[in-house]
Amino acid sequence: MTFFEKITLIDRRIVFIVIALAVIIPLLLRVDLPIKVTPEVKKVYDIIDELPPGSVIVMPCEYAPDTMAELEPMLFAVLRHCFRKDIKVIGCLFFPTGVKLIEQEFKQIAEEQGAVYGEDYVLLGYRPYPAVVIMSMGQDFRQSFPEDYYGTSLDALPMMKGVKNYDDTELVLTINATSGVDFWLIYGRERYGFRYALGVTAVMAADYYSYLNSGQVEGIIGGLKGAAEYESLIDYGDLATMGMSIQSFVHIVIVLFIIIGNVGYFASRGKQRGRR
Amino acid sequence: MSFDPGVWLAAILTLCIFSFLYKDNPFYKFAEHLSVGVSAGYYLVVLIRQTLIPAFVNPLMAGYWHVVPELPRSFGIFLLIFPVFMGILLFARFSRKWAYVARYPIAMIWGIGSGVVIPLVLQNHVIRQLQATMVPITVQSWADIGNLFIAVGVLTGLVYFFFSKEHKGLFGGTAKVGIWILMIGFGSTFGFTVMARVSLLIGRIIFLMKDWLGIIG
Amino acid sequence: MKRQLPIAITFICAFILTVQYFVPHRSFEMMYEVSNVWLQIIGFFATLLGILSLVLNHWEKVKYKQENWIYSIVALAGLAGMTLVGLIGSQDNPVFEWLYNFILSPIQATMFSLLAFFIASAAYRAFRARTTIATILLLAAIVVMLGRVPIGAYISGGLFPWLADILLNYPNVAAKRAIIMGVGLGAAATSLKVMLGIERSYMGSD
Repeated sequence: MTFFEKITLIDRRIVFIVIALAVIIPLLLRVDLPIKVTPEVKKVYDIIDELPPGSVIVMPCEYAPDTMAELEPMLFAVLRHCFRKDIKVIGCLFFPTGVKLIEQEFKQIAEEQGAVYGEDYVLLGYRPYPAVVIMSMGQDFRQSFPEDYYGTSLDALPMMKGVKNYDDTELVLTINATSGVDFWLIYGRERYGFRYALGVTAVMAADYYSYLNSGQVEGIIGGLKGAAEYESLIDYGDLATMGMSIQSFVHIVIVLFIIIGNVGYFASRGKQRGRR
Repeated sequence: MSFDPGVWLAAILTLCIFSFLYKDNPFYKFAEHLSVGVSAGYYLVVLIRQTLIPAFVNPLMAGYWHVVPELPRSFGIFLLIFPVFMGILLFARFSRKWAYVARYPIAMIWGIGSGVVIPLVLQNHVIRQLQATMVPITVQSWADIGNLFIAVGVLTGLVYFFFSKEHKGLFGGTAKVGIWILMIGFGSTFGFTVMARVSLLIGRIIFLMKDWLGIIG
Repeated sequence: MKRQLPIAITFICAFILTVQYFVPHRSFEMMYEVSNVWLQIIGFFATLLGILSLVLNHWEKVKYKQENWIYSIVALAGLAGMTLVGLIGSQDNPVFEWLYNFILSPIQATMFSLLAFFIASAAYRAFRARTTIATILLLAAIVVMLGRVPIGAYISGGLFPWLADILLNYPNVAAKRAIIMGVGLGAAATSLKVMLGIERSYMGSD
């Protein structure tokens, strides 16, 4: 077996070890690289930044621990921005295995920023079939949610006074790892015409540029990189900023693996042709 | 290093799952099945606490369904009980004789779902996207050229998906450009997918090194 | 009763819900609002049915000592334990939170992080520039991978981020738009087939 054939057949476990090291080494070295802010993330930031204090936004959070590493930093960054600007947040917990996680995350940032439940933010609990829940919220939040996550009547919460449906809010910003993004787009934005922006996992991000182009979506925060951009915009480097240098290193390693695979493939194919 | 038993348990379970990278083994199987059971139990609790109680039990106890304030209370309660009856019919699937009864609630779910979707999906997926593609053709800026590129790209992409005519000649050439455009789209998605998966791994390694071992601050 | 009634129910529900979109009358609005909450309640039972199926499946494995039955005990114990703990006391029950944070959360998070290893291995093994379209796919992926991380800008003097922005905002938009339009037409056609009783697969077989 030639050298070029050998480099196309590296054992997968060696690939795994290299990838693990590519995460661990930069984590220990802590190299900080500058983060370029993309227009789609800046747009989300600008929308929130330009809202007058006291405005209400809806933040459906539909993810679970499996995608927490990407979306938690995003939620943290946006919540910090909102609470600093006195923007009120209606959080929706529409993904069953993420309900507890997101409730804890809201609590954590609220405590850090001194936000008060019922005055600065409210949490709506879980209901099955997000499409119908989204539609019923367009009529009146109280139809599907006579009570909040904790069982308190929405009418008893000071923040919800005069807030009936999407018409009384300024933006729907979903932090989402599910097809819920489409549900909010189809059954929510299309029917009720609210301003809509996304925070999604990187896997999903590329799919929504078409909606960004058509104006149906006003901004996209995509994956850990998007979260890092938002962190740099609010000037609060946290988990996403920390992850970016590691991410850079791993991407370089994966690209190198792809190049090695291709060099080996073409060189060994050339030799085989020569032999024939 | 952490002395919290919870963090230790989480770290051990994390390593159990990572052990699958070597090969399938009893530690992985244990963690996997534990996850299935605990997730299902958690889901059940959330459903009872967050759906059954507020959406059904509380209005029933109060004798008033807030969704239909204009209707008489008793009729409102009837309307509230009706979906419970339909929901219970779903369990007829477990009886060979009565299994067909479960079709009624399923038919209702499908009917409501498809009725709602027709106008909205056409509006959102087709009309709005067409509107965004049909912009005036000018070449005064890079954005105009970009829009023209998008219009041509969408057209060639749609031609590629049209399989009722053989992909030959001009049609075939257009379809070929279409598949190139589609490949750029898929390539972009792949690039982002790598990014997403790596982010998740970073999250777990940070947990192990920071929260468990305390190697990094 | 077995086939005609479900078809009639589907048609009536679908017809009313389609028409209500175009009729701004309170009676239609009410039907829409009631049906929204009905689905949520039926959804509870549908999920309960799913969980019951899971229990029965694992129970049978244990009962007949099928392969890996011992792990089914783990799944059943996890389900029973989490449900009991979750239903006792308030939903802020600390034991329930503990089980969520230190069992469910790490397992789920790690399960998905495994994909980082597999995607790297798959990219190394299968990403070959064999044909024109494979080369385009490969190059687009590399541009996005390098263009969306800080080091990409650092090593290329800003070229990779610029290229990635162009790829994402133009060819990617064209590709995704062609797909979205196809999906939209397909979804509307399928819904229409369901409404008219042509598509009946949801009923299963007799």
